[in-house]
Amino acid sequence: MLHIPCPFCGPRDESEFAHGGPARQRRPDDLSPLEDAAWVDHLTVPPNPVGPVHEKWWHVRGCGQWVTIERNTLTHDILEETGK
Amino acid sequence: MQRYSLFSLARNALSNHQNWQQAWRSPPLRDTYDVIVIGAGGHGLATAYYLAKNHGITNVAVLEKGWLGGGNVARNTVTIRSNYLRDESIPFFVKSVSLFEGLTKELNYNLMYSRRSMVDVVQTWGRLRELKRRMLNMDIHGSTYEQLSVEELRRRVPALTGGGPESRLPILGGMVHPDAAVCRHDAVAWGYARGADARGVELHQKTEVKALLRNADGSIAGVETNRGTVRAGKVAVAVSGHTTSLTETVGLRLPLKSFNLAAFVSEPVKPLIDVIVNCPDIGVYLSQSDKGELVIGGAPDPGQSFRRDIKQNVFENAVSAMLELFPAFRRLKLMRQWGGALEIAHDGSPIVSRTDIPGLFVSAGWWGGFKAIPAGGYTLAHLVANNQPHKLIEAFSLDRFRHLDFVLESGTTTAR
Repeated sequence: MLHIPCPFCGPRDESEFAHGGPARQRRPDDLSPLEDAAWVDHLTVPPNPVGPVHEKWWHVRGCGQWVTIERNTLTHDILEETGK
Repeated sequence: MQRYSLFSLARNALSNHQNWQQAWRSPPLRDTYDVIVIGAGGHGLATAYYLAKNHGITNVAVLEKGWLGGGNVARNTVTIRSNYLRDESIPFFVKSVSLFEGLTKELNYNLMYSRRSMVDVVQTWGRLRELKRRMLNMDIHGSTYEQLSVEELRRRVPALTGGGPESRLPILGGMVHPDAAVCRHDAVAWGYARGADARGVELHQKTEVKALLRNADGSIAGVETNRGTVRAGKVAVAVSGHTTSLTETVGLRLPLKSFNLAAFVSEPVKPLIDVIVNCPDIGVYLSQSDKGELVIGGAPDPGQSFRRDIKQNVFENAVSAMLELFPAFRRLKLMRQWGGALEIAHDGSPIVSRTDIPGLFVSAGWWGGFKAIPAGGYTLAHLVANNQPHKLIEAFSLDRFRHLDFVLESGTTTAR
């Protein structure tokens, strides 16, 4: 089981969290110069590395905050907490 | 190819089984082929087999990182079914089930195919509505799904003693999918491998593809392996779970995420359950193998993962869900567990498609791809040979993402 570092509650068991998927690139502020292909890419293609990935977890059975962590998809080691 | 029969068994028994021919050759790796199939799993081997059999393309190399049939084709729960939701999906999986039914005879290899139906235990009204919707659509496309009363459900699965009126989620009813079956997973890989080899396809194990290679004009040139460069005008990627790692070596990004799905088996017990039981509302499914072991699977690990083991809390969730409905299984000892990395596309439907790179084809996003092996290989071989999709997979091309024309599929995953 993962111990996910919640910025408010400290390290907590994974069972208190709901997975929120990989953290996406920020939505571009101005969409008008964006090519269709780049927009489709933004909407549908998530990062899927064998290695570190940034992902969101929701501390739903705890404080209710969202937290973003960097986790290795092969070893499941949590590398750093990158903020809420 | 040496044919297997009662006669050949008797004849080889007389010579103490010393004279059996090898099931497939291990030829030296050449540097050029017409087609390279990456991954000697179910889909890769089936593709090579149908390329040779249906399209006469035999200058084919199947490259495998580990050993033949050692990936997800050996790491699943052998469920074969066609209870999908979409007009695009159901005919494909109906075709796959029908190919499976004739496969033992076609490959001259005993798959121990056992049609035994799948029973869904329904515990929420939303689930019942969704499954009935699937039932109506399956009726149109030649698959079968029927609703069961609670009494009939308990008659078919006597071990199902939990889920009574006092429980957290009382059982509301059930659904039965009579076409569902199980078979021996290794035999699928070995049978296709033997059939492909007999038609001239070369199987190369311990040959890891490190990167895909492109020509100056952008088309596919071949692959870089740990045994040197191998060139081919057409490359088909069938590496469940690791597709994105491979395609990203030529800059091709795909809408796939990889997850860990795991399963475990109990000690063998006497015949107890003769159907596949799926409990989608609490996230567990199980069947009993011919050896008597209960083969049990649960929900996937929620985060992306490339691991091949099982996480403790995922395992505990599956076991506690199972004990809610089958309290007597508390006394079973569990023997082995395993997991595999598999991938799912953005819309939950598979991808069998050409790519932007001429000559590169991908077969990915199967989630549990075992049931799709015959039709997946059949249609990918058609695509590779003709450069045009078979009509069963027209909807599963990568173009659907380009137009945000998704085939949202709820039938891909069983638990959840």
